[in-house]
Amino acid sequence: MSTTMTMAAALNAALRDTLETDPDVLLIGEDIGTLGGVFRITDGLQNRFGAARVIDSPLAESGILGTCVGMAYRGMRPVAEIQFDGFVYPAFDQIVAQVSRLHYRTGGLVQMPVTIRLPYGGGIGAVEHHSESPEAYFAHTPGLRVVTVADPQDAYSTLRAAIECDDPVLVLEPKRRYWSKGEVDSSVTADLSSARVLRRGADATLVAYGPLVVTALEAAVAAEDDGIDLEVIDLRTLAPLDRDTVAASVRRTGHLVVAHEAPGNVSLSSEVITSAVEDCFDRLEAAPERVTGYDTPYPPAALEDHHLPGIDRILDAVDRTLGRRSSREVA
Amino acid sequence: MLTTTSAPDQDLVDGLAQPLFVLGEDGTRHPDTTLDPFLHDADEELLTGLYLDMAVIRALDDEAVALQRQGELGLWPPLRGQEAAQIGLARALPETDFLFTSYRENGLAWCRGVGAQEMLSVWRGTTLSGWDPFAHHMATPQVIIAAQAHHAVGYAMATQAQGKDDIAVACFGDGALSQGDLNEAMVFAASFHAPVLFFCQNNQYAISEPVAVQATVPIALRPTGFGIPSLRVDGNDVLAMRAASLLAARHIRSGKGPMFVEAVTYRLGPHTTSDDPTRYRDEEELETWRHRCPLGRLERHLDQLGASIEELHAEAERRSEETTAALREAVTALPVPAPESLFDHVLSTEHPGLLRQREQFRAFTASLAPEPTETAQTGGPAS
Repeated sequence: MSTTMTMAAALNAALRDTLETDPDVLLIGEDIGTLGGVFRITDGLQNRFGAARVIDSPLAESGILGTCVGMAYRGMRPVAEIQFDGFVYPAFDQIVAQVSRLHYRTGGLVQMPVTIRLPYGGGIGAVEHHSESPEAYFAHTPGLRVVTVADPQDAYSTLRAAIECDDPVLVLEPKRRYWSKGEVDSSVTADLSSARVLRRGADATLVAYGPLVVTALEAAVAAEDDGIDLEVIDLRTLAPLDRDTVAASVRRTGHLVVAHEAPGNVSLSSEVITSAVEDCFDRLEAAPERVTGYDTPYPPAALEDHHLPGIDRILDAVDRTLGRRSSREVA
Repeated sequence: MLTTTSAPDQDLVDGLAQPLFVLGEDGTRHPDTTLDPFLHDADEELLTGLYLDMAVIRALDDEAVALQRQGELGLWPPLRGQEAAQIGLARALPETDFLFTSYRENGLAWCRGVGAQEMLSVWRGTTLSGWDPFAHHMATPQVIIAAQAHHAVGYAMATQAQGKDDIAVACFGDGALSQGDLNEAMVFAASFHAPVLFFCQNNQYAISEPVAVQATVPIALRPTGFGIPSLRVDGNDVLAMRAASLLAARHIRSGKGPMFVEAVTYRLGPHTTSDDPTRYRDEEELETWRHRCPLGRLERHLDQLGASIEELHAEAERRSEETTAALREAVTALPVPAPESLFDHVLSTEHPGLLRQREQFRAFTASLAPEPTETAQTGGPAS
């Protein structure tokens, strides 16, 4: 029943299966037709479903999202592809001021089942504007669901759930994980409102999402060598945030580390840590730590390994929260 | 696949030298080869109806301005001067064609059966959207300039995909010409032959900025660069506006793709009730446009046809009073929604974070309520 495939293939399968079963679903984006998208996520779909359902759009991001709003008004369920994270900004108004608030503005009369697929994050040696992590801008927007995926199964199930959801959903696809392989069972469903506990542990809670989930799991394995037992949570749903799952874990471990690629200033880690402090301050045994991209624009590719949180920086933060010797004491 | 594209074609625009019109300022009927084929039904009855529509929405508009001045509305964007453009369009389209408008199209809303309460609630601040878009085939007013142009094109593309023949209309002002969204929307519409009407009310000013800041060539020429044919029409001539709208709708409905209509008109009042137009417009200019009043022009024409102007005025007054009385009554009757409703409809389902905030809000507001028994015991006035 399950098949081994890459995350890219899983996303392609999710789109194909949805187009097959729901005639109201259509895809729109730049180069998604004949080319199959720059990452080939829509490969073969225009050939199979036609140019009216897999639409090669003009090069205009605001236009892509604004057109989706009108389509949704008419009962369609459009799935938009924005080619790269750094290109989403021209569509900002249509996402945050239009698609995200029409349901609220109209007292529930207008639904906006628009899915926005956004390849995001660094680690592929790309040029400027092709490695950004803009999730905090969107997670800040009421009325918009923001999710990110971590492995092929999660990618398949979450994308299908996003398209089926009556709310607008921004699906952040970690592009450096597109080619990672895993088992995919098309009968597995996902819900868009819960985090996933991927590894049980007793000493500290490590929260990550998207591209850093794999890194976090690797860090947990490495931590075993130091006798540290890490619990790993994939946040998955960035908005609305599943703070209960995080709090339940922190209540048991007493320690919290949050890792993501985006700059830490006014970020998801700010929110996760604040929530934990509000929810279970009395159970925290030390100050929470965060490991993030620095508060700089995304650096040139030659420096991105320094910018992106890796296993060592995560373990360094784990050491700090557990009161062990860390980099802060070396100097 | 290679396709050839042709250079922008000035032949795509009609009315470039002079906006198309059929009623002179003195009310005399002029022939126009473009519009005449769409005027065969323009008998006295139809003309009287158009006049009454314009008179009523002018009265409605004046009343709303008065209500704002009296503190009953937070803001109002007056449409005075633009009655012909709005009525000409509204009375040319079947009510199933879907309108995506800006915030000054209250004349269109009135023609679409939007009630007084629904129309005023946004400006009173009791809702963000007064009416059901699907009941009136009219999206709720858009405040961001030109954003709705995309929505109209998307809607039109969807009707096309569904094989239906209704069309979508994007209404906007001259300021929208400068926005990327309108220009992107024209690219989408042209590329996909979307059944959409771009309807520009060029009222000469975007707040204080004259149209020359938005366009150094006539607005109607702009869409031709996208391959979209357009009409430049005297926006104060309701008969010409109706005929142009009929022409455009037929063109679009026949599968020939989008069309653009520029209504050359003038906003006689301020941008909104917060605005002081005397700082950027002179009295001479205003006087010129007052003479081009759409109501006066049609009235003179009806007079030439031998209609009873006295009866016309009486009927206009009767309907206007009815409308303005309803408006005034509607304002005071508008309920303030329950405070807790501010948490409703953020998403299609409740989520724990908002439920938590709703509970916190409930507890906080409950904590502010005075204890009734204590008040009774002390017996004194609340401090």
